[in-house]
Amino acid sequence: MKALDYREIDGGLPFYMLVGAIGVFVLAALGAAFYMEHNGHWVTGMNNQIVWGTPHVFAVFLIVAASGALNVASISSVFSKAMYKPLARLSGLLAITLLVGGLAVLVLDLGRPDRLIVAMTYYNFKSIFAWNIMLYTGFMGIVAIYLWMMMERKMNQYTKIAGFTAFIWRLTLTTGTGSIFGFLVARQAYDAAIMAPMFIIMSFSFGLAIFILVLMGLYRWSNRPLGDAIVYRLKNLLGVFIAAVLYFVMAYHLTNLYAAENHGVERFILMDGGVYTQMFWIVQVGIGSLLPLLLLFGPAGKSRLWIGIACLLTIIGGLAQIYVIIIGGQAYPMEMFPGKEVIESSFFDGVVGSYTPSLPEFVLGIGGIALALVATVIGTRVLRFLPVSLADDQVDPHHSAADAA
Amino acid sequence: MSEESGIDVYRRRFLSGTAKAAAGMAVAPGVFLHEVAHGKPADQAVTSDVRWGMLIDSGKCADGCNDCVTACNTENGLTGHGRPATDAQWIRKVKLKDKQTGYTQTLPMLCQHCEHPPCVDVCPTGASFKRPDGIVLVDKHICIGCRYCMLACPYKARSFIHEDLQDQMPYAPRGKGTVESCTFCVHRVDSDRTPACVEACTAENHNAMVFGDMNDPDSEISRQLKQYNSRQIRPDLQLNTGVRYRGI
Repeated sequence: MKALDYREIDGGLPFYMLVGAIGVFVLAALGAAFYMEHNGHWVTGMNNQIVWGTPHVFAVFLIVAASGALNVASISSVFSKAMYKPLARLSGLLAITLLVGGLAVLVLDLGRPDRLIVAMTYYNFKSIFAWNIMLYTGFMGIVAIYLWMMMERKMNQYTKIAGFTAFIWRLTLTTGTGSIFGFLVARQAYDAAIMAPMFIIMSFSFGLAIFILVLMGLYRWSNRPLGDAIVYRLKNLLGVFIAAVLYFVMAYHLTNLYAAENHGVERFILMDGGVYTQMFWIVQVGIGSLLPLLLLFGPAGKSRLWIGIACLLTIIGGLAQIYVIIIGGQAYPMEMFPGKEVIESSFFDGVVGSYTPSLPEFVLGIGGIALALVATVIGTRVLRFLPVSLADDQVDPHHSAADAA
Repeated sequence: MSEESGIDVYRRRFLSGTAKAAAGMAVAPGVFLHEVAHGKPADQAVTSDVRWGMLIDSGKCADGCNDCVTACNTENGLTGHGRPATDAQWIRKVKLKDKQTGYTQTLPMLCQHCEHPPCVDVCPTGASFKRPDGIVLVDKHICIGCRYCMLACPYKARSFIHEDLQDQMPYAPRGKGTVESCTFCVHRVDSDRTPACVEACTAENHNAMVFGDMNDPDSEISRQLKQYNSRQIRPDLQLNTGVRYRGI
């Protein structure tokens, strides 16, 4: 294998136009956040029943995807797969930018975002949320060091140890994110140990889908060659991850279905929960999992366009999955009085919580994705993240496109 | 918190309380001493010698009566905006019907002031906290408005302030963008009075709510808890709630 030549992407007008085009969404998100904070959260779809809404769906999705985006680098550094090595830098960059995007959404949705400094100076160590604040900031630092080890020739010898640390850290981080829900005893849909490993496997899938899309997009935009060997290898891996997520989803629901106390919430999500049921079966399972599997492993799997569409569907399916978990899980009424029916309450006890996403929430969420993308684009402009060529003969001479497919 | 903002009020009450107590002790020590022992002078720290609790008798809770809720709203300055989904509610009336037997009953739901409160466990900054005497509160100065406590509370006891506030009570400070819930009227409790909801229920002669020190075997609440069968809501969670119910 030849020594790879990494270069910054070209500047000039096309670069600024790209940054400007994505930046518009970031600005819109800032406007939306200001609007929500100024008026108070009553202008959103959120209320005292559904306390976490669309911004949290995007934020959790991005945070989960961030740790997953690092997988490509981990496969290279920790599991010594040479083929992934040229992709490792972009993998690390995306891990940081996606996390920044997710955290920005989370912080801008706080009731008091101006108290960010309080969140960083007052800690309740029994709170998984407090742990996550440290896991997230630590992750950015560790991945930054890992990137430095990779990009500075003198430091290359430490790449493996840095990569290993980052790998362990990212597993811990996603465990922490899943545990935000896994540790909640109050609600029927949460309080499950499987949440943590399920979030890890979800991160594999969402992170890789975003990685493939960004990789194909950046190479196409910068007119650099990207061979089939890498694309086919990555899309096959994505297929395995999508199937693994489905397996965890199945295990979660089957376990719940066995216990009578969970029949209500399972019936709600799987059968008569209206939008949540549709979101689960049609978006998450149908067009977000089964369809991409069909596209990736069927004849369409040879086409870049269809691979891209499969990645996009996986992302949409992932957002739907988190929507069902976060909002569906809150919408199902809490079982405070088993065996009794609440026939009157001024506080919506015993009824399905109502939530309609509002435009500002959605704009804020999209802005998180835009922030991650614009930071990635700028990153590749100022530092050498991307190899000049990822053509098949550059990547791994022992792999032909036919083998990988 | 309320202790700071109402410090003058406390000082006044403390001084007059001490004067009365001194006079009382001189006259009838046995009777009076028992009464003042409940309160906490403003310059003394709250201790775990006391565990404030409430016993609610669903059988005495009148269907259609909303006095506890009204009293709470008035006392704590909870003026709504006519938007029930986002307006704060610290106490609410709930009407239940047994799915099997059709038996109906009503009861007030409020913060259960758990010994092991999930809201305190999950709060990232420690803004949700429990006083040694069992009262669960939110420190509005360090609440960042993440609402994780609302997700964690098994009783749906908490409200997020969704919009600007007017006419706040000096002893019950609130803040847009932060979370709040029933304080057991901590400002009243600290000056030897009962929570507004209990007072209203008693004034109406329903007597469905009893408030007191569960650690004091001679208190009314302890005697009733010992005498009658009562239960916690969601006892499976083992939170050892400070609010107990009869007749559910």
